[in-house]
Amino acid sequence: MSDASIASASAPQVKWGRVRQSRRVQDKILRIFATASTMLAVFVLFWILGMLLWKGGQGISLDLFTKITPGPGSQGGGLLNAIVGSIILTTLGIAIATPIGVMAGTYLAEYGRGSKLADLVRFINDILLSAPSILIGLFVYVVLVMPFQGYSGWAGSVALAIIALPVIVRTTEDMLRLVPNGLREAAAALGAPSSIVIRQVCWRAAKAGIVTGILLALARIAGETAPLLFTALNNSFWFNWNLTGGISNLPVTIYAFASAPYDNWQQLAWAGALLITAAILVLSVSARALINRK
Amino acid sequence: MVAVYERTYQNATRVTRRANPFAFDPIFAALSKAAAITVLFLLAGIMASMVYGGWPAFQTFGLDFLTGSQWDTMNDNYGGLPAIVGTLSTALIAMVIGVPLSVGTAIYLTQLAPAWFKGPVGTAVELLAAVPSIIYGMWGLFVFVPLFAAYFQVPVSSVVEGMPIIGTILYARSPSGLGILSAGIILAFMIVPFIASLTRDMLDQIPTVLRESAYGIGCTTWEVVRHVLLPQAGVSIIGAIMLGLGRALGETMAVTFVIGNANRLSPSIMDPGSTIASRIASEFNEALGLQMNALIGLGCVLFFVTFVVLVIARILVSRVKQY
Amino acid sequence: MSTMAVQAAPSAAVAHQNAQVRIGVKNLDFHYGDFHALKNINMNFGDREVTALIGPSGCGKSTLLRVFNRIYSLYPDQRATGEVMLDGRNVISNNVDINELRARIGMVFQKPTPFPMSIYDNCAFGMRLYEKLSKSELDDRVEQALRKAALWDEVKDKLKQSGMGLSGGQQQRMCIARTIAQQPDVILFDEPTSALDPISTGKIEELIEQLRADFTILIVTHNMQQAARISQYTAFMYLGELIEFGPTTKIFMDPEQKRTLDYVTGRFG
Repeated sequence: MSDASIASASAPQVKWGRVRQSRRVQDKILRIFATASTMLAVFVLFWILGMLLWKGGQGISLDLFTKITPGPGSQGGGLLNAIVGSIILTTLGIAIATPIGVMAGTYLAEYGRGSKLADLVRFINDILLSAPSILIGLFVYVVLVMPFQGYSGWAGSVALAIIALPVIVRTTEDMLRLVPNGLREAAAALGAPSSIVIRQVCWRAAKAGIVTGILLALARIAGETAPLLFTALNNSFWFNWNLTGGISNLPVTIYAFASAPYDNWQQLAWAGALLITAAILVLSVSARALINRK
Repeated sequence: MVAVYERTYQNATRVTRRANPFAFDPIFAALSKAAAITVLFLLAGIMASMVYGGWPAFQTFGLDFLTGSQWDTMNDNYGGLPAIVGTLSTALIAMVIGVPLSVGTAIYLTQLAPAWFKGPVGTAVELLAAVPSIIYGMWGLFVFVPLFAAYFQVPVSSVVEGMPIIGTILYARSPSGLGILSAGIILAFMIVPFIASLTRDMLDQIPTVLRESAYGIGCTTWEVVRHVLLPQAGVSIIGAIMLGLGRALGETMAVTFVIGNANRLSPSIMDPGSTIASRIASEFNEALGLQMNALIGLGCVLFFVTFVVLVIARILVSRVKQY
Repeated sequence: MSTMAVQAAPSAAVAHQNAQVRIGVKNLDFHYGDFHALKNINMNFGDREVTALIGPSGCGKSTLLRVFNRIYSLYPDQRATGEVMLDGRNVISNNVDINELRARIGMVFQKPTPFPMSIYDNCAFGMRLYEKLSKSELDDRVEQALRKAALWDEVKDKLKQSGMGLSGGQQQRMCIARTIAQQPDVILFDEPTSALDPISTGKIEELIEQLRADFTILIVTHNMQQAARISQYTAFMYLGELIEFGPTTKIFMDPEQKRTLDYVTGRFG
């Protein structure tokens, strides 16, 4: 017998295209669905940003940054007091949350490895991270507003601080854990006690990451409305620098103005929304850039 | 500063001094521990204040607080059922719509997106997660709601009118676009980026080897996802979904804008309703006395429900970055 | 010629004719949790000599090294019992302050560990903790240390730059400078050149030879040729025990224990 006939007799005839049609169809459906979901999400993002730029952009003017919020019925106006108030509240909030958050994160990463207390704190911190912000507002109301009989900027800052805290704790701990142990040993080998090792070596090594955490916390609290509703509330006039009484702030102003019957109020609400979103996007992007540069 | 010891070194006597950092060392350790404990106190404080503030309402109404539907400010008679049902139903709608979309997005980002596209789209999804609630609320109210009313509520209502079951659930008496369903849809859009980011991180953590070997034996993408990736990350993805649920339950501003804030319980999801969070947000500042306690009491209920959900989520999720 | 009988580890009274004893180890045991890592170690290290610790992987040589500056106490389940005498005090007891000890016994690690700060600050790190020096004194000491570490010429113009920007070999020399800046009595080297290229290795070996004039040096190395090149005394360890300890030439040419002979001739390890 010739070689050719042996070859053709013994080799099974296999055709291409064995894949069942249904498998291909299933795969196709998945691909379309997954792609469509993502495109939908991206579409919504652009829709929202577009809407903000369109409606909010119309309200951007010098007045926005130089005049205070108009009373009901009066014309024009700006958002100066709301902007300044928001800056103050968020800055204070971060100022309160950062030292506590960094120290707590340091405890979890450096002193508490393996300790039950650290495990518990980590667990509870993660719960707090996702806790509804309106409940935090209520908590601060019960503790800081009711007893003192009044809204205040302090209460608002504390509410924001409570929201920012878990973010800072989490990122600080994660970033410190990334610092290689060899560095700690080398510092200890020179006779440095643990607080020096942490402060002069670990914190420095994790600096970019810790700052990123603070920026992300800032981005988070910049847009929070609910916790301010019952703490700092709002103030249509210029505010007290000693921070007692309601403090004008952007989110609550937007909330109040957005569904109001006055045109100029609505326009200010949109402009304010644009400002907040722009600030948050800038902070988020900077945080990302910082951590990528590392 | 005190001379600690003297020693002879190469025939020279040198005194070394302790600098202050050594005395500070135990203080620093104590401060960090105290900071960590603050976290515990915060949670305990929140829990205590909710119970404390809501207590008068619980005492007055007992279990009726959870089952009653009245919200009568004149006679100080409050029941939280509409708010509780609203919270649960908006969250449910959000999950039903949002979870498939999130998982789909995560799959796209990890399996299907071309390399050059992955970065920008991933960033877009994360930025979407950063957009605050109030912005979603405004988008919802001014853009989504009118469109929803015109293109969904009106046609659907006219189609299902008179039909059993569906005719009640999906019928809008006054198609304003506000309502439970709208709120649920807006919530879905809010939690999609959140769950998608988490799921994406979890899928990325699966060793490439596993993925490559599955593709290597000829599995289609769908099969790799279904039989390898999802089971592998399975428990954590459920955890991510639970985290999304926790978020949906507690969302305030977006929901407040589009839910219509009605105090009654309606069988139709196209009708306005309220959630615990939206009820508190819209009424708290004017509330006095027992009404305020009732609202805090509702907050207490929300707290416990969310707490349970978040604890389960935390147990399921091995720590993936949430920030 | 080595005998076939297994002998007990040499007694603590190994004579060092030329030098006084700097560190005396007596009945030292070490545990990682339940694992008994070092078994009844007895040895003396001579002042201003280079002593090498050699042995196959897992024999405990790094563990032994890390006892001397108590770096193990960073880890809760590691503990040492016995006596390690330095200047009349048992350094592993609680009577000796651990941070002071580490200022007197320095350590250079296998992987270079530059701190995230300038080269100057790296070198000044230890001094700032333990001594009150004026700026010019500090400058002098930093320069002195960098010169001794044969790094001064390469970095004198960039002292303010980050220590992390140097090459691997330079980083290791900076770590050495950082350690000697504190003017310790003893320097411990834990496989200092295993992560470096041959040229840097050569430079560091030269450096160690020069440092011998001022410091007592213990070096762990898995490279026998390195041990033969730079040490005066060598200790051979196996499975947590000290098998043989003596002058380097003797250990390599004419060891008393069979296991030592097997190791140095490459029959195992």
